[in-house]
Amino acid sequence: MIHIIFIFSKLFGDHSGPIDGSIVTTIIAIEYDGGVVLGSDSRVSAGDSVVNRVMNKLSPLHDKIYCALSGSAADAQTIAEIVNYQLDVHSIEIGEDPQVRSAATLVKNISYKYKEELSAHLIVAGWDRRDGGQVFATLKGLLTRQPFAVGGSGSSYVYGFVDAEYRRGMNKQECQQFVVNTLSLAMNRDGSSGGVAYIVTIDKHGTEEKVVLGNQLPTFFDQ
Amino acid sequence: MAVEYDGGVVIGADSRTTTGAYIANRVTDKLTRIHDKIYCCRSGSAADTQAIAEIVAYQLGFHSIELDEPPLVETAANLFRASCYRYREELTAGILVAGWDKRKGGQVYSVPIGGMLVRQPVSVGGSGSTYIYGFMDANYKPGMNKEQCMEITAAALSLAMERDGSSGGVVRLASISEEGVERRVILGNQLPKFSTH
Repeated sequence: MIHIIFIFSKLFGDHSGPIDGSIVTTIIAIEYDGGVVLGSDSRVSAGDSVVNRVMNKLSPLHDKIYCALSGSAADAQTIAEIVNYQLDVHSIEIGEDPQVRSAATLVKNISYKYKEELSAHLIVAGWDRRDGGQVFATLKGLLTRQPFAVGGSGSSYVYGFVDAEYRRGMNKQECQQFVVNTLSLAMNRDGSSGGVAYIVTIDKHGTEEKVVLGNQLPTFFDQ
Repeated sequence: MAVEYDGGVVIGADSRTTTGAYIANRVTDKLTRIHDKIYCCRSGSAADTQAIAEIVAYQLGFHSIELDEPPLVETAANLFRASCYRYREELTAGILVAGWDKRKGGQVYSVPIGGMLVRQPVSVGGSGSTYIYGFMDANYKPGMNKEQCMEITAAALSLAMERDGSSGGVVRLASISEEGVERRVILGNQLPKFSTH
């Protein structure tokens, strides 16, 4: 699974992208005991231009389920809108909040059915009563639950970092710091990622959205 | 990859050479001696880099005899750059030149594909290098000593070998300083482990 994710990122990372308003980005989601933290950068590039430097790529699918968008902007946003609608209908039918796995399955169904036409990767993460915090990767139509997931072109540069730094049993603050550090490193190296960092934390009490501005991001030895 | 420290450099590489999906050599030595205290780390086409390294070693040896003293690392790096830039259309060679000389101590020069030349305190190259940029940015600090450089090099190479299909085998390390060259091999089962699941 991870193997497939890095090939996909390589496809998008090596050239300056289609000129139709793509998000080629860095996204990350990580679960902790009691919730999840999602993070993304804010750059949308079309060819060599940055067409939006403050885009929030963390899109709500439901109150406590978010998805992180990467790949083609149009494709990703459309999938998120469709799944948002389908989840609303589903949650009325079952009379309670939907499970994260249901949201991820809906995303996966669209990604798989239209895999030749679409080029977007959504990471679905959220909290539900049954299984707590969960992160699902839905690349190219697969569905896999993982402790954390990274995606987008910038993710190639931080695989080593996340492999080395991730530990099981991190708490909420440590996860948020982990996400901010990872995004910062990826944004430094990847030309298609940049701007500010958006962080969303979801737990049983609710959803908290935060923005970390460029000058507040952690810096490293060569800056 | 190659890392400078105060008094020398540490260089490291994996040991896998592939022809397509077949691993032609799983114990390759990609740390090639150019002169007593100047080594290079080769990536890209094995044929191209071996040929260039031989030519540069010859040129440097000749130059050192003319000078009657050990050559400078910068000279070796410039010889690599001259060949890599002149024949840039025909070659696929990414080379890190690292060594110690009396004038500037430990130095690392990067000559990537295309033939530019830049000196950096730490440099990574090859297909697996993309995965460890983030790790190196986060963990390298100026002023590390030799043992710390060895550890961070071994850790970074392990992480890259774990993620990149074209990298693997054993980790070969070498440290170059005024005292000389010290080589080490870390076998697969002794590598630092970063398993996440």
